[in-house]
Amino acid sequence: MYTKKAIAKDWRRNWKLYLLMLPVFAFYIIFCYKPMYGIIIAFKDFQPGLGIMQSPWIGFENFIEFFTGNYFTRTLSNTLIISISNLVFGFPAPIILALLINEVVHKSFAKTVQTITYMPHFVSLVVVCGLIRTFVAEDGIINYIITFFGGEASNLLQKPEAFVPIYIISGIWQEIGWGSIIYLAALAGVDQELYEAASIDGAGRLRQTWSITLPSILPTIITLFILRLGQMMNIGFEKIILLYSPMTYETADVISSYTYRVGLQEFRYGYSTAVGLFNSVINFVLIFIANTISRKVNDTSLW
Amino acid sequence: MAIKKTPQRKIFEICNAIVLILLMIVTFYPLLYVVFASFSDPTSFLGYNGLLLKPLGFSTAAYAKAFEHPLIISSYLNTIFIVVVGVVINILLTSIAAYFLSRRNILWQRPIAFLIIFTMYFSGGLIPLYFTIQDLHLYNSIWSLILPVAINTFNLMIMRTGFASIPHSLEESATIDGAGHFIILFRIVLPLAMPTVAVMILYYGVYHWNSWFNASIFLKDQAKYPLQLVLRSILIVNDTSAMTSGVDAGSQLAVSETLKYAVIVVATLPILCVYPFLQKYFVKGVMIGAVKG
Repeated sequence: MYTKKAIAKDWRRNWKLYLLMLPVFAFYIIFCYKPMYGIIIAFKDFQPGLGIMQSPWIGFENFIEFFTGNYFTRTLSNTLIISISNLVFGFPAPIILALLINEVVHKSFAKTVQTITYMPHFVSLVVVCGLIRTFVAEDGIINYIITFFGGEASNLLQKPEAFVPIYIISGIWQEIGWGSIIYLAALAGVDQELYEAASIDGAGRLRQTWSITLPSILPTIITLFILRLGQMMNIGFEKIILLYSPMTYETADVISSYTYRVGLQEFRYGYSTAVGLFNSVINFVLIFIANTISRKVNDTSLW
Repeated sequence: MAIKKTPQRKIFEICNAIVLILLMIVTFYPLLYVVFASFSDPTSFLGYNGLLLKPLGFSTAAYAKAFEHPLIISSYLNTIFIVVVGVVINILLTSIAAYFLSRRNILWQRPIAFLIIFTMYFSGGLIPLYFTIQDLHLYNSIWSLILPVAINTFNLMIMRTGFASIPHSLEESATIDGAGHFIILFRIVLPLAMPTVAVMILYYGVYHWNSWFNASIFLKDQAKYPLQLVLRSILIVNDTSAMTSGVDAGSQLAVSETLKYAVIVVATLPILCVYPFLQKYFVKGVMIGAVKG
């Protein structure tokens, strides 16, 4: 296929198009592939003064340090705990919301619910985390509610056991509406005649939801669930580092936030890159597996 | 559906409405609280503990303080610059790439598409990117917030799907008429794919408006900070000292509380005001993004 003749012919026909793509190529080479080359510092004792090439090779020393150190089990289990809690509580929430909105008879009410619940998706992470901080502080409104019901006020962000619930609940608050969009679109595609036929056969609404609505959106649910599994080890550090503190590291510190901290606050560049690479490789493998499964099960895939 | 409602159905509908109304309150009240707090009288707000159903007293002192500080104004202008210039570059590069990927009869299209999509799932990571920025002398430049994010590959895939739905015959007849790629892209493809472009402008615009992390590692001078980074130092690091200097100690503490809420309003209002008008495009964007391109 890539014979000399074919290449020359393609160049004659499409050279203008390749020329037009130059800035795009430049972007991907400079900002995506050149940093990938930089990964080799994971295998070096990197010193910025010496540069990538001149720094001495140390093989897998950085990796060994991470795997045998105290942080490995902690960051790995925190990553998994947050991911799994997010899957158990965060994943079904938008589906339930979509089903509830779908049952609303008055279209304008449904529309209002959508407009309001989509809103937090557009609030920046900095503001969301700032709100969390003020709301769960000792004099914040969450503690006001807790004391109203007879509990004791305390700064929840300083409690290790409260970190994951705060992270998950605020995540649901921010994304439940936005996440429901795709399910609502799938629900809108369900054939209405199915419901009519079912009700003639005497099926109640609950039965209809169970036997018609859920099966209709099941492919969407399965696809999104599998892809979510592929993202299992991929927790962004932005929200974590906006919320955690040394007091909550034991439950809050995940692999990516650890990468950030050792790399850009403790300046251990090679080590941080090694930890990041470990995480990236696992992510890549998981996504690959998830995609293969998704293709087998549902005939949908990412690429 | 003209089906007679059973009593159970009516009860269900009422319960459903109550649940949804509660959800709306839980979603919206925190935002409302911020607005109420920002207009509250600083001194009485400081001693107050509980829910607000309206501002406590009325005062615009917090807003006056917020706009008095040079960092708020300068970071606001920086963010507007980043959003405008950033989105123009985003749309330009993303549409060129999407055009390339959606055309037929290009020999190197598959390997190039593979190399582009690969970057969605594997990246060099934080530290290598950091040194790339330094090597390019982009460190402490506002361009470090625009160029490294010039194309979001996920958005590129959405745009490619949008472009692919345009009939090829239109482009072909334009080619026969002697139109170059630039003309075809900007005069034919982009106008026909306007809904997709609108989604892209929305996604990229919101991204630039809300992003803060790259600025926190790539910028040194406070004068170059975008809005979200200044917000972080006020909300997360709790540094309002720079903003409240010149006020006596007691009321300084008081104003710094309501000031937080005022800057949240100032930073969030523009997006929340624009978004209901763009809502009709959301479903489209989410749907194109969800199905394979």
